[in-house]
Amino acid sequence: MTFTTVAAPRAYVGSPRRGPLTRLLEDERWLAMLLLLPTVALLGLFIAYPFVKGVMLSVTDARVGVPGHFVGLQNFVNVWNDGIFRVAVWNTCAYTFVATVFKLALGLWLAVLLNRHFRGKAITRAFILLPFIIPTVLSTLAWKWMFDPTFSVINWGLFRLGVIHGRINWLGDPNLALISVIIVNIWRGLPFYAITLLAGLQTISPELHEAAAIDGARAWQRFRHVTWPLLLPVTLVVTLFSVIQTFADFQLVYVLTGGGPANATQLFATYAYQIGIGTGLLSQGATISLAVFPVLLLVVIFQLFYIRKAEVH
Amino acid sequence: MTNRIDRRSLLRLSGAGAIAAGSGGLAGILASGRAPAYAQTTSIHWVRWSDFVPSSDKLLREKILPEGEKALGMKIVLETINANDIQARVTAAIQAGVGPDIIMALNNWPQLYATSLADVSDITEEIGNAQGGYYDMAKNVGIYQGRWIGVPWAIGGGLVVYRKSWLADIGYEKFPVTWDQWHDAGKKWKASGHPIGQTLGHTFGDAPGFWYPYLWSWGGKEVEADGKTVALNSKETLESVKFAVPFWNDCCDPGGLAWDDSSNNRAFLAGTIAATNNGASIYLEAKKKPQTYLTDKGMPMKDDISHAPLGTGAGGHFALPGPFIHMLMGYSKNQKAAKDFLRWVNSKPVFGQWFTSQQGYTDGATKIWEKDPVWNLDPVMEPFKHLPSAGRLAGYAGPPSQKAAEVQTKYIIVDMYAKAVQGMKPEDSVKWAHNELVKVYS
Repeated sequence: MTFTTVAAPRAYVGSPRRGPLTRLLEDERWLAMLLLLPTVALLGLFIAYPFVKGVMLSVTDARVGVPGHFVGLQNFVNVWNDGIFRVAVWNTCAYTFVATVFKLALGLWLAVLLNRHFRGKAITRAFILLPFIIPTVLSTLAWKWMFDPTFSVINWGLFRLGVIHGRINWLGDPNLALISVIIVNIWRGLPFYAITLLAGLQTISPELHEAAAIDGARAWQRFRHVTWPLLLPVTLVVTLFSVIQTFADFQLVYVLTGGGPANATQLFATYAYQIGIGTGLLSQGATISLAVFPVLLLVVIFQLFYIRKAEVH
Repeated sequence: MTNRIDRRSLLRLSGAGAIAAGSGGLAGILASGRAPAYAQTTSIHWVRWSDFVPSSDKLLREKILPEGEKALGMKIVLETINANDIQARVTAAIQAGVGPDIIMALNNWPQLYATSLADVSDITEEIGNAQGGYYDMAKNVGIYQGRWIGVPWAIGGGLVVYRKSWLADIGYEKFPVTWDQWHDAGKKWKASGHPIGQTLGHTFGDAPGFWYPYLWSWGGKEVEADGKTVALNSKETLESVKFAVPFWNDCCDPGGLAWDDSSNNRAFLAGTIAATNNGASIYLEAKKKPQTYLTDKGMPMKDDISHAPLGTGAGGHFALPGPFIHMLMGYSKNQKAAKDFLRWVNSKPVFGQWFTSQQGYTDGATKIWEKDPVWNLDPVMEPFKHLPSAGRLAGYAGPPSQKAAEVQTKYIIVDMYAKAVQGMKPEDSVKWAHNELVKVYS
């Protein structure tokens, strides 16, 4: 008699009992939350906390080393009645608007040029980035020398060429001073526009241009009806970043003019620094900084709305 | 701060105690009741500006501080930073409650941070008594509600530095005294291609350094002695502004509207201006490099330089020197060690070394240094000796309060003149400045 040993089928044993944490993480909502946690912590620490701290400071009469008391919106009233603040508001708006328009126009032009094939393309692209790479303070110091009323190389050049007969007081004349700081800002911000828009341009398929050319579209028409609509989302994002950065610009003006002469180049950030650090009035400094917030919020909402709209199209 | 003592330190301690206490080993230390100095590991962090006389910083690092470490048995870390960055540093340290133990302040800054500073009345009185007493301006900045909130170190300031030969060329034997003489001389200088160089820009030193004393010399003032009633809009102030406009146009380098504290140094040393209000740094630089800075005749420029006080008006003649004060920060955990160090470094033999290295760039904060032989070394530097006694502080006729600092930081007085020079009616620029002052002092 032969016995065949047949192993009794083993009872099904499930995987080891899952702990509550595992079960929790199998729920996608909880997992997503956990994965987001580091980002939320970083944003909270470096963005939300300073922002909330700034808001709290702005509703007190805090000075350096003195916590202060709650004063409601008194600081905002004071700031609104401050003539220098109003000058700073006007300067900041003019500075941002003019600089952004020029940076966008020139950046786009440069990007289109750099998108063509020519000898030395790589090295030219690398050089274009230089103003953006050099630390702002250093490059601004060089500009300061170039604008120096006595030793200006620009004046010297124009004089030698016979264009001018006297000295141009670049940073001493109130109007010229604002124009000068805007020029430096454009010079510094241009590469950011050019390179980012160039990257955008390179995502546009050449076939679209070829098709348009076959259909008889000229260069301008190809740009207007093919390139521009496809580049618009990138352009809006670049402009958004640039407006925010330009609106909150500090180092450039601080080094070039310190906000002078007679506040002709005073911006939000330089004035906030002057009041918050120079005078120790932290609450008023925070108030001036926060005054930028509603304007920037509107800009962000407006542009994000258009980006979405452009993407839908 | 005391670290754990390991075997090696214990042995060293034991030997040192023997010498310190005059008896044997640990018993000696115990008998003396205190640990020998060099066994302690206290470390003091001291922040100062980067000195306009670099050899003074070198002296501190290479000689004075090593001597101090030896004498006091502590580690002293000196950090020198740009003067413009000190306030940001102080603010961050006070708000965080950690940072350097001692920070050097300029002008009336200690008054801004008064509640966060340690009381140093004991050592300051001791130093003052031993060294002929402090100048009034040092007291005005250093005392808050009856207690010393910093140990005055020195007093710096500006005088008019000018080219002697160019003064002679326009027919003057002595530097102009009255503002009318200044106007006359300035016109001649500008006509000969060497204007007066003066900043009207936003720069912390030279701009208020000229325009505040200029205002006072006409009899103008910010506020009354109560420190509250704004008194700027006066006949005297208006006259000063009315005079400033033609003075600027006829005599000054128009580029001054954008000059910072170093622009006039460069312009003077390059030979483009005949006179400027400045610290002694221009002369000291020309003296250090006699072959680099030459006159148009090829002679060392240093021999063609002299110093004179600012102009005199109906109100008198003044200066705006800046006191340098060491603040012992309230949050410091090394209060005693920091005080010991401040007492030591301000003592006559130690401070004297540093003072000599300045060659007259700064005055002492106490009166004894007026008699120091350093003033006999170089007659060109001698006029700086009298600066503290002609000095007033921003906020005059009131105290150098936080409000006065705000006015100075906002450059309201400087801009009052700048606006007029740029075309605003003098009456309007005075009214504008007065109203801004009212907002600050309200």
